[in-house]
Amino acid sequence: MKKMIMGLTIAAALGAASFAATGAAFAAEKLKIGFIYIGPPGDFGWTYQHDQGRKEMEKALGDQVETTFLESVPEGADAERSIERLARAGNKLIFTTSFGYMDPTIKVAQKFPDVKFEHATGYKTSENVSVYNSRFYEGRYVQGVIAAKLSKVGVAGYIGSFPIPEVVQGINAFMLGAQSVNPDFKVKVIWANSWFDPGKEADAAKALVDQGVDIITQHTDSTAPMQVASERKIKAFGQASDMIKFGPETQLTSIVDNWGPYYIERAKAVIDGSWKSHNVFEGMKEGLVVMAPYTNMPDDVKKLAEETQAKITSGELKPFTGPLKKQDGSEWLKAGETADDKTILSMNFYVAGVDDKLPN
Amino acid sequence: MTMFEAILLTIATAATPLLIAALGELVVERSGVLNLGVEGMMIMGAVSGFAAAQMTGSAWLGLLAAVLAGAAFSLLFGFLTLTLATNQVATGLALTLLGLGASAMIGESFVGLPGIRMQSLYIQGLTDIPYVGKFLFGQDPIFYLSIFLTAAVAWFLFKTRAGLTLRSVGDNHTSAHALGVPVIRIRYLAVLFGGACAGLAGAQLSLVYVPQWVENMSSGRGWIALALVVFASWRPWRILAGAYLFGAVTIGQLHAQALGIGVPSQLMSALPYLATIIVLVLISRNKRLTLMNTPTSLGKAFVPDR
Repeated sequence: MKKMIMGLTIAAALGAASFAATGAAFAAEKLKIGFIYIGPPGDFGWTYQHDQGRKEMEKALGDQVETTFLESVPEGADAERSIERLARAGNKLIFTTSFGYMDPTIKVAQKFPDVKFEHATGYKTSENVSVYNSRFYEGRYVQGVIAAKLSKVGVAGYIGSFPIPEVVQGINAFMLGAQSVNPDFKVKVIWANSWFDPGKEADAAKALVDQGVDIITQHTDSTAPMQVASERKIKAFGQASDMIKFGPETQLTSIVDNWGPYYIERAKAVIDGSWKSHNVFEGMKEGLVVMAPYTNMPDDVKKLAEETQAKITSGELKPFTGPLKKQDGSEWLKAGETADDKTILSMNFYVAGVDDKLPN
Repeated sequence: MTMFEAILLTIATAATPLLIAALGELVVERSGVLNLGVEGMMIMGAVSGFAAAQMTGSAWLGLLAAVLAGAAFSLLFGFLTLTLATNQVATGLALTLLGLGASAMIGESFVGLPGIRMQSLYIQGLTDIPYVGKFLFGQDPIFYLSIFLTAAVAWFLFKTRAGLTLRSVGDNHTSAHALGVPVIRIRYLAVLFGGACAGLAGAQLSLVYVPQWVENMSSGRGWIALALVVFASWRPWRILAGAYLFGAVTIGQLHAQALGIGVPSQLMSALPYLATIIVLVLISRNKRLTLMNTPTSLGKAFVPDR
């Protein structure tokens, strides 16, 4: 017994020594950074953009960092194991890039107080867990403005994935943008009940075109709707990444999730020791939401789109500003009042004018 | 193009891959083998078809590559379950998982490339007939192939001696063996045919349905095909009906949504599966129906010396 205690003491002393040594050598060592992805980097959508951000960071920081990622990690028990694996492997900064990783991230973070965690699109923070989210809806507002300008029939088709706040924000912002140009504009919504099913997304796009819409926008992750729009010779907006290759004469613009700058900033903060836990919800102003070039539209529409984007970027225009009514006609925001982030992040109702019943 | 015609065309495109893959699996199951690897073979077909079309510039060569890839992949299943007599359910599941992974690896460099679409038929005069012209004379070659395959499989299984032999192997492999029928060889051929069909269905996905390659693009269609075989109680023309019914429900619910009719989309998406379960229950309750249609040796390994 005594021997064992002594052994332990020695081990602890050795451990402390080696820890001090790493601490001293830290400046010269690479910062190991881990990523957890919900899908494959080859989805050309959500995970693809996170992976682009990772590569951008590697490029910018060169041999100061070393990154690893685990792909297609299911949300739930597996997630906790995967995050812990990255932490044990010596990663000092870990990005968990899907909403469902929220609780596992918090749990693992408690076990590894010296590791910094960054969770995307959630709301729980702690001493060593930050949350980052993007105001994609700002881009949707600009798209609405363009759609209302260009549509001859005054109806756009909207392919939704699941009726969660992030998607509902987008539909509402799109509608408000369109209404700012044409108060009678209509949006037809189809729920695909999937984030990623190219066949079904294509079917949804075809159904919308067959019902007479002449512009399509999507909140699902594949490029299939863009391809359908291109075959049927109508216009469309891309999603998550620049999809111009799939519709050179079709894409008007696309909301590009630009995570790179944020990833670089946070890695730098860990390197120079200034990292602090925070909860950010950033958009065009900070460069998280980027619009792909405005193409396939007349110059006056392009100008209006650019102006709208500039106004949102400068903060002069906030998409959710009163007077606004909910779909059922009740008042939501008074004139001049803007929605707070909490309401935006939990949005579960349509604004007036949307022609769809929100599924529960 | 009228809306009616447009909807009909969309349904045909959605139904064709299900129909082809299910026809292949039907022949496999009629020979007494249960191959749950349809999804895996389908996705291998999709990636091979897309890759070959990209490299050669020809959608037809893509189609050929897909058929060969599907068949080659099924040969792996055949070797394990027929020669080594492994458990068919476990091997089939493993084949699906392997297919999903391997296709992602093969297809990595093809992600994000606009694909090559297989050209649709156009016959002056006929294609322009209102309402039905486009449906009958203006579709892609794989659509016509799928209808031809249905007729061919129905004729082969129920009108030829070879078809009778294949069914006898599926119904009682021991008796068939005693009569001198080469059970293993017949099952190999059936498995190969099933693989080729699944590969062809995959090619339809990446060359016609959505001409592009992305990981996991089959999104469970292989499983639907498997369900269709049971739904059709192992009859080719019923598979055709089932596939189009499935397509009609899928497309119909999308149109209902766009029209703003308040049908719960989740329920509509689940309908075809519910129908399959109901059919299964009905079949298994009725002894006569079970005996008439289900291959009784289905899923059982066969070792000749026992």
